[in-house]
Amino acid sequence: MRERPAGRGAVLLDFDATPSPRAAAADAAVALRAAVDAGALPGVVDIVPAATTILVQGSPAHGIDDLALHRALRAESDRAAEVPADEVVITVHYDGPDLHDVARELGWTTGAVVASHTGTRWRVEFMGFAPGFGYLVPDDPQDRCPPCELPRRTESRPRVGAGSVAVAAGYSAVYPGVSPGGWNLLGHTEARLWDAAATPPSPLAAGTFVWFRDAAGESGR
Amino acid sequence: MSSVTVLATGPLATVQDLGRGGYAHLGVPRSGAADRESLRLANRLVGNPEDLAAVEITHGGFAMRADGDLTVAATGAQAGLVVGDRPTGPNATVVVRDGQHLRVAAPTRGCRVYLAVRGGFDVEAALGSRSTDTLSGLGPARLAVGDRLAVGAAAGEWPATQWAPRPGPDGLTVTLTATVGPRADRLADPEALFTGTWTVNPASNRVGVRLDRLDGPALEHLPGLPELRSEGIAHGSVQVPPSGQPVLFGPDHPVTGGYPVAAVLTAESLDRAGQLTPGDVVHLRLVD
Repeated sequence: MRERPAGRGAVLLDFDATPSPRAAAADAAVALRAAVDAGALPGVVDIVPAATTILVQGSPAHGIDDLALHRALRAESDRAAEVPADEVVITVHYDGPDLHDVARELGWTTGAVVASHTGTRWRVEFMGFAPGFGYLVPDDPQDRCPPCELPRRTESRPRVGAGSVAVAAGYSAVYPGVSPGGWNLLGHTEARLWDAAATPPSPLAAGTFVWFRDAAGESGR
Repeated sequence: MSSVTVLATGPLATVQDLGRGGYAHLGVPRSGAADRESLRLANRLVGNPEDLAAVEITHGGFAMRADGDLTVAATGAQAGLVVGDRPTGPNATVVVRDGQHLRVAAPTRGCRVYLAVRGGFDVEAALGSRSTDTLSGLGPARLAVGDRLAVGAAAGEWPATQWAPRPGPDGLTVTLTATVGPRADRLADPEALFTGTWTVNPASNRVGVRLDRLDGPALEHLPGLPELRSEGIAHGSVQVPPSGQPVLFGPDHPVTGGYPVAAVLTAESLDRAGQLTPGDVVHLRLVD
């Protein structure tokens, strides 16, 4: 792990040069989250995990307590095992405007696209773009989801509805609110992925496992 | 209970406090005042805890009516203040009587005025903050004519002084200090950022201040590097998109971004960046 400078009150932990950067970053994120919740990282305001990095944001007045940070990272493997990850099931109506295009692009049936999406165990790699927007990756790196590996649409839509279920560039996601968006839309869910008044406001966080379930399959079609 | 009725907003007026830190891992920007020290000072001048909500007034043009006797203070940009028909000034405690109007003129220097009221503005909080986040839409809506803002009762001790003069701008060029950023090594010449001068692009807002080259070498990415994956953006980050025109990220910056961050402003300079207006000339200086 390399520590990159990010101002007097923050540091960017970069796992790119470790043997399995994504797994190392994910484990460290869980450990740091636990340390913040336990009060072991005073002065740290935010932990922002991403694909292969973690931003540790403190305040310029207090800086980052390097010793405490390193202690929390050393405790990493134990901690990661201690904290059970949540699992969320999201019921999807696979009626998205890009479902047929995605199938055509792969030479698949739409049913095969849905089966690939619902047959993958997803994990929230990190949150970003908008409040409650989780970047989901297949939990098992061997577990390929070809519909999800297609690139973003050449033109971004100015308005994507809340609850839209999308894939692009190796990720899947649910748009928590109305926003512009360039991903391929497979369907929509009625599940609420952002509620500022709820605790926590999002059912997703880095490390959460997600299964998508076909609403049509439920009604016995 | 006392309140304030908004009579004019100018280009943009929002309620801001020190923001909603602690939710970045869920994709929530910090938001809050663009010039945090000015917000703190405005609160101190009226005997409030430093983190109470005040009104952030962008480029002046704001007017309000007091419903009940109020004690207020304006800080930040240098702007004329008129209570009833009596001119007064910033960085001082001012009494506005029931029914009186207060107007904030366009600043002669700077961008944002912070108007605090003793007791604080008691608007509904979202995730522990009363800040309007212009990027994600969290927090109260931007202020509109006719809005009524309740005044709270959260005041503390009266301050020891009711006047806090601040030094004026030190020249026509604003010098901002920054430390080296996490991805400075992705620029062909990281020194170029700190060489020559920049000017503030009009397309600047609470998300970021965009800089255009005035004179000096162009900023270029090193060719042939693998694409950077999106990563967390530290407060004060200076991001360099492929255009080579840096963005000084402001309070409503997204929590992650995919362009290299070449430098990070110091906290003092981040506040000063919150006071930049289009056309200002900026020089960046590297510090340890």
